[in-house]
Amino acid sequence: MVIFKKRTEGLPVDNFTPLTGLGGGLLIGAAASLFVLIYGRVLGGSGILGGLFGGAREDVLFRLALLAGIVTGPLLLRTVGADTPDIAVSASWPLLAVAGLLVGFGTRLGNGCTSGHGVCGIARGSRRSLAATAVFFSAAAFTVFAARHVFGS
Amino acid sequence: MIRIVGALVVGLVFGTGVTVSGMINPAKVLGFLDFAGDWDPTLALVMLGALAAAAPGFALAKRRNAPLTEKTFHIPTGRQVDAPLIVGALMFGVGWGLVGFCPGPAVAAIGTGLRDVLVFFAAMVAGMALFRLFSTLRPGRS
Repeated sequence: MVIFKKRTEGLPVDNFTPLTGLGGGLLIGAAASLFVLIYGRVLGGSGILGGLFGGAREDVLFRLALLAGIVTGPLLLRTVGADTPDIAVSASWPLLAVAGLLVGFGTRLGNGCTSGHGVCGIARGSRRSLAATAVFFSAAAFTVFAARHVFGS
Repeated sequence: MIRIVGALVVGLVFGTGVTVSGMINPAKVLGFLDFAGDWDPTLALVMLGALAAAAPGFALAKRRNAPLTEKTFHIPTGRQVDAPLIVGALMFGVGWGLVGFCPGPAVAAIGTGLRDVLVFFAAMVAGMALFRLFSTLRPGRS
């Protein structure tokens, strides 16, 4: 059974984009700073979304507004004519489903994702976040290695 | 009302950052994670920029008694690196490496309406709901 599609198809040429990387990162960090100062919380994709399940009822609208803002960001950029990146997904649907389940369940079990642990957690000097970030970056790199260089075509 | 508008603005800044940085594109993220391939270091700079801009906010928050719109801070205080943290991070890492989407960029990308993105997003939300079910069935774990 072919689980991994050929990875070379449809992928853009990898090119290092340090300036937009740094600039985009600054915006992500600025959002996290604003969030903690205004609402006193850690800004994380998994926390905002996952909190819709079993979180405080009065927070639902507030979470939906955050999500709406996140979705609108890229759309607004495109509307004003900015050069937005293409989205190249090179996984089959079964693989997308398995990966999505792992990301959803794993980030809730581990209490955070790239933004919650990786950015906010490390910025506030949390030991737990540092450990989680080391683990998920390593696991992800190992997975890519296995998919592309061991099992890949 | 102010709370809702503020959340919308914070979301906009975050979504714009995820897009400008290029991390909304899973191929770009996988390019960073692929150390044995044609390595793209961009994600390291995204993290650097994000940490540089987030650190002052958290440092300032530490010196205040309360955030602007709420009575107390809701920042996790746990210090113990336990099994759920590690197992959760492992599961997340594997899923992230398989496709290249983590939760923030996956949310940002749903506006494109691409079917691949929607499949991933739906599965991710299902995973979160499953976790909720799992933790209600096993009380004592949040």
